[in-house]
Amino acid sequence: MNNNHITGAEAMLQSLLKEKTDTIFGYPGGAIMPIYDKLFNRKHQINHILVRHEQGAAHAAQAYAQVTGKTGVCFATSGPGATNLITGITNANLDSIPVIFITAQVASAFLGTDAFQETDMISLSMPVTKWNFQVTSADEIPDAIAKAFYYANTGRPGPVLIDITKDAQLGETTFNYKRIKSIRSYNPHPALRDSDVKEALRMISASKKPLLLAGHGILLAKATRQLEAFIDKTAMPVAVTLLGKSAVNEDSLYYTGMLGMHGNYGPNVLTNEADLIIAAGMRFDDRVTGNLEKYATKAQIIHIDIDKAELNKNVKAHLPIHADIKDFLEKITPMISFKTNETWLNQFRVLNNTEKEKVIDRECSPNNGKIRSGEIVQMISKKTMGNAIIVTDVGQNQMMGARYYHYKSPNSFITSGGLGTMGFGLPAAVGAQVGQPNKTVVLLSGDGGFQMTMQELGTIFQYNLPVKMVILNNNFLGMVRQWQQLFNNKRYAETNMPTPDFPMLARSFGIESGLVHERAELDNAINTMLNHQGPYLLEIKIEKEANVFPMIYPGKAVDEIVLEDIAM
Amino acid sequence: MKETYTIIAFSENHVGLLNRITIIFTRRHINIESLTVSSTEMKGIHRFTIVALETEENIIKVVKQIEKLTEVLFADWYLNDQLVYREIALYKVPIESAIQKNLEQVLREFNAHVVDVQKDFVIIENTGHIDDTEKLYEILEPYGIMQFVRSGMISISKNNKELSSYLKELPINEYVKE
Repeated sequence: MNNNHITGAEAMLQSLLKEKTDTIFGYPGGAIMPIYDKLFNRKHQINHILVRHEQGAAHAAQAYAQVTGKTGVCFATSGPGATNLITGITNANLDSIPVIFITAQVASAFLGTDAFQETDMISLSMPVTKWNFQVTSADEIPDAIAKAFYYANTGRPGPVLIDITKDAQLGETTFNYKRIKSIRSYNPHPALRDSDVKEALRMISASKKPLLLAGHGILLAKATRQLEAFIDKTAMPVAVTLLGKSAVNEDSLYYTGMLGMHGNYGPNVLTNEADLIIAAGMRFDDRVTGNLEKYATKAQIIHIDIDKAELNKNVKAHLPIHADIKDFLEKITPMISFKTNETWLNQFRVLNNTEKEKVIDRECSPNNGKIRSGEIVQMISKKTMGNAIIVTDVGQNQMMGARYYHYKSPNSFITSGGLGTMGFGLPAAVGAQVGQPNKTVVLLSGDGGFQMTMQELGTIFQYNLPVKMVILNNNFLGMVRQWQQLFNNKRYAETNMPTPDFPMLARSFGIESGLVHERAELDNAINTMLNHQGPYLLEIKIEKEANVFPMIYPGKAVDEIVLEDIAM
Repeated sequence: MKETYTIIAFSENHVGLLNRITIIFTRRHINIESLTVSSTEMKGIHRFTIVALETEENIIKVVKQIEKLTEVLFADWYLNDQLVYREIALYKVPIESAIQKNLEQVLREFNAHVVDVQKDFVIIENTGHIDDTEKLYEILEPYGIMQFVRSGMISISKNNKELSSYLKELPINEYVKE
């Protein structure tokens, strides 16, 4: 061990290196200067990505974590630098992504005095972090970082914030880093009980119409292969949540689609026909369940989650299992002999054919009218053969990206689920591309969300990140407009928005770009974009008042999902 | 149906944890009736006693969210009959009314004590259930109460495992050996 005296700032960087961090997203400022000063000499070890706004750093670090499976790391200075992170921290918290946020703080002698750029980040971030800690002395740094990594990426992952005062960065310490093995107040790996597995086996074998709901937990637990083995053996129909997208290879015979408000017809309707629901690493979000009173009306429910607080929170389970989903699947698959009845599987196919005819074909292969988002996404899907990483913003573009790209490999869909953060897309695409430099990263954004964080074009330009940015421009905040059309009698209050010349904007950052108005130009334009070596922005003018369907109207049950707007 | 529940939680001693716990109540718009934090028989471990009027279903959800906090060792919830609980109340009353009225009988009845006497006032201490301290308040009210304070409830459960035996079952903090 190196026992020489080093500064807290140096100890912090060495701690990160001990945890094998090689990439940091951040933005310097006054209070964090000692850390950046030490970073200067470690360029060969640590790749720092300078974003254009701290919110961008937070989203990028999250997406980086998602596509690499590592813990994301993000730096910001005190005060406004730190508060700008809040949206990104909250986003990572709701979507359970391991990111360590390191914020600088004024010197400890000034704490609580309203000093220049002082903000109480511990109190501010408390409701939106898994854990946070304020370091006021250099000696505390290694242990704080060790705990931060341990908490962030074990159990149900989540964001952690470490606030480091300036004097702690400058103070001297002897460096002795010890990674955490266990903490007595925290049990990240609950033991799977044999009795639970036995009961689950009994319930499955007694079922005629089982349905497995795969959530983000499958991806977080790195249990996609285990899930595949389970569904292949049991032939059990599987549906995914929005964040569960890409947890199941959509080529699978048993994949039935996405759940929820704009999910697929079959799995939504048949949720209320199923006699057994196995909820695997998902949390019954209101966008998935619709009206809770009329949800899963005929089903026994087995709910497996690593977070005990999710069990019986929204939906009461007949068998709540507090365990890691990977352990559960590994245990139960070899023991199970159940095979799902073919007629039950066919019910999904019949309903999904109805959806194809009434919704998907019209969305993806229209003969006339303006370009539709679905056809764009499907075209990108075919041209990239499902091998790209799709990053979306929030709104109609997000639903279209989820619905019409054909996902094949884990963590290839990056979106803001729980928080629904407009402006997430572009910075998340930055993080995804930094994490997977050799993969095609395609951003699907609306014109509204893109304008929220478009300064990150500067980051894309600076690092020459070959992100393919597609702006689906309808000059509307499309999803809100859709609701205004459906529920507010087309009173389009403040949702109509003129947009800048996006291709020119891209060019001002030295980024190649294109613009498509007509369907006839689409194929070529997408080829040009995908074949381009560096970053590329493609603006596509789409149908202004297109809607996302199917849709479960607010307050309605999952089986009341409609394929088109008939009720209004 | 809403009832009075007492949540008892044990935690590591960490700055800000109290805030993390109360946020869970704030989020769900649950009012905390009383809250006490104190050290325990185990060094470095703190005990939270939180009383709230809520449905059992919501109390269970809150307890799970408290237990989920990384520095909480464990948390549980109780109805009053599962606990032995007490609070201390102090009453400051004018000396004149204390002399005029029959204070001695009241003190005897409630097993209350005079803890301080000054020229202008006496301070009375009473320990008991919230019903007792409230009843004494009502009786002393005509005396002209100058100040009244209660400690908030502290309680010991009748049935749960002892903290020390529970802690023995938990893994200790360990570092990875490299």
